[in-house]
Amino acid sequence: MFTNNPFATLTDILPAWFMQVYVILMFVAVVAGTLFDVVHKGSARYFFNNWRKSNSKGAKQIGGGEWVSLAVQTGLVDVLASGEFCNARRRVAHLLTMHGFLIYVITTAVMVFGYPTPATPTPAILPLLWWIGGLMVCLGGYWFWFFIRADVAAEGNSPLRFMRADLFVLSLLASVTLGLIWAFLQTRGGPGASVFFGLYLIATTVLFGSVPWSKFAHMFFKPAAAFEKRASYANGSRSNLPAPADKPELFGSAREQPRHY
Amino acid sequence: MPTFVYMTRCDGCGHCVDICPSDIMHIDKTYRRAYNIEPNMCWECYSCVKACPQNAIDVRGYADFAPLGHSVRVLREEAKATISWKIRFRDGREKNFVSPIRTTPWGSIKGPAEYDAPRPEDFAKQELAHEPEALNIKGGLPALRPEQLKLGVV
Repeated sequence: MFTNNPFATLTDILPAWFMQVYVILMFVAVVAGTLFDVVHKGSARYFFNNWRKSNSKGAKQIGGGEWVSLAVQTGLVDVLASGEFCNARRRVAHLLTMHGFLIYVITTAVMVFGYPTPATPTPAILPLLWWIGGLMVCLGGYWFWFFIRADVAAEGNSPLRFMRADLFVLSLLASVTLGLIWAFLQTRGGPGASVFFGLYLIATTVLFGSVPWSKFAHMFFKPAAAFEKRASYANGSRSNLPAPADKPELFGSAREQPRHY
Repeated sequence: MPTFVYMTRCDGCGHCVDICPSDIMHIDKTYRRAYNIEPNMCWECYSCVKACPQNAIDVRGYADFAPLGHSVRVLREEAKATISWKIRFRDGREKNFVSPIRTTPWGSIKGPAEYDAPRPEDFAKQELAHEPEALNIKGGLPALRPEQLKLGVV
């Protein structure tokens, strides 16, 4: 089951070009949705205004090498290691979901375009990675949605409450879960595989087609914001925050034993 | 001075939601970022500003006493047990303050659940739960001796 390319098996009922056209359409939907989102919300204008303001307030100029270093740090720490999260549980959930999604999407694209039919045997590692990526998304995503979301327990809301902010995570979870179920049923040869494939396509279309209304675009603006933050610390403006306190950990007489009388 | 949130900094962790004494910091239903649902009810306690691990919350001053163009930014450093304030006036002047906020290291105070449950006889005592040990006073609770009292009053 874990070494079968589910998209190659699909050619029994659909031509190979079907999934290829579908993947291209989804890619176009993400690009168009993100561009629309950037223009509609003015996020690029906000980002560059902030950028100019931060640079003009900075106490020092950042050199070319330092820009590269900041970009590498942003990529490695803030993006790949989700370094901006302070809560360890949220960070682990995000790492599982993000890396799982990347593995899942990349292997999907490679299998659909590189090994579209059973005539071109798929290396076993690709479907295996596809399954691992999908399961990582499920683990991180369901953990987040059921146990880590803020404003649920504190507000006395139902853990099943659904709002627009859930559009991204729920459509992602639906897409991946239904995809895995479809692949499982297809391998078993049992009934219902076609139904789950249809549901998988619907959920995936919602995921990639709803970019302007969901928080999908955070994949693009969060790294940009993290980079701007690092630049503001490097040039000394520090987003207008105070400099770190220059006092030692033991803060003078305040550390004495309390005298209540 | 109602608070507002920089959406690109906030990661929706909910610290401000938990700490706000007015319960007006909520998570946005569209973007899952924190926002102030009722700025008029903000009493400017700065709890959320200090608690935010991303420094994503700022305070907008009312124009009658804090003209546009100023800024008040706060940085809490748990390891140093300090709060630093940076006040920037709109004419460019800047004032920086550092204050200690703890007499004990961060995380060293036990939560209520970490203490033993009170015994039934403790409920009849004048002391509160875990007193006098929790007061950290050597020699037990101090008491006034009769000679310390003001003559003619008692």
